Amino acid sequence: MSGRRSSGLAAKATIFAALGDETRLSLLAKLGKGQRYSISQLAEGTKLTRQGVTKHLQVLERAHMVHAKRAGRENLFELDPKPIQELSEYLDMVSKQWDAALARLKAFVESKHS
Amino acid sequence: MENRIEKRIEIAAPILSVWQALTDSRQFGEWFQVKMDGPFVAGEAVGGQLTFPGYEHLRMEIVIQAIKPNSYFSYTWHPYAVDPKVDYSQEIPTLVEFRLEQIPEGTLLLVTESGFDKLPRERYTDAFRMNTRGWEQQMESIRGYVGKTF
Repeated sequence: MSGRRSSGLAAKATIFAALGDETRLSLLAKLGKGQRYSISQLAEGTKLTRQGVTKHLQVLERAHMVHAKRAGRENLFELDPKPIQELSEYLDMVSKQWDAALARLKAFVESKHS
Repeated sequence: MENRIEKRIEIAAPILSVWQALTDSRQFGEWFQVKMDGPFVAGEAVGGQLTFPGYEHLRMEIVIQAIKPNSYFSYTWHPYAVDPKVDYSQEIPTLVEFRLEQIPEGTLLLVTESGFDKLPRERYTDAFRMNTRGWEQQMESIRGYVGKTF
């Protein structure tokens, strides 16, 4: 067995960081329609340049929310919904743990008090 | 997406009773299901052995941030940092805050846990995998506990 592995906080963009930007949210909304888009298609109808789109896609790729697929001369980008699903399931799990713990707290205090 | 969890619960008991259940580490352990090594002291870390069914082999550590008698108690920790193979020390911990208010029915307790935006993605997957089985057991334990009390 190797040693403890670091969870690598510094190296990785978090999902919240990736989500914390209106431009990226609008890119995600477009990608969320379920198709693959080229950088030009993503820039279309926005004020973004191709470089601007590329920069934001890189952030999303680092958070594993978007994957690039090679198609001929260009890359096509598609959404991976898994990170957001996992995050939402995680917060749901933590939330339920709190519900359970606070129900135990209430029972504990009220039984002592009554 | 929200990066914090907020809970509120009304407890039919005076503030002092709730306060003690939160800040007396032995009482805290009764409902949080952990046997703490020592008392809660502001600014100090304290560890404990879980007594949560199925997780008795695991330890947790919290750092007490603030203790303002009968009104506010907070600590930081690495939520569900239960994989001994992972070094969590580089992660930014989440902050857990308890606020108490007197109400006619007894005590209103507000709990927030914040800072999930700083957690790396691996934690979502690891923690979730680890807890899906435990959650069923915990529900059983609560039903048993509450059933006994009332």
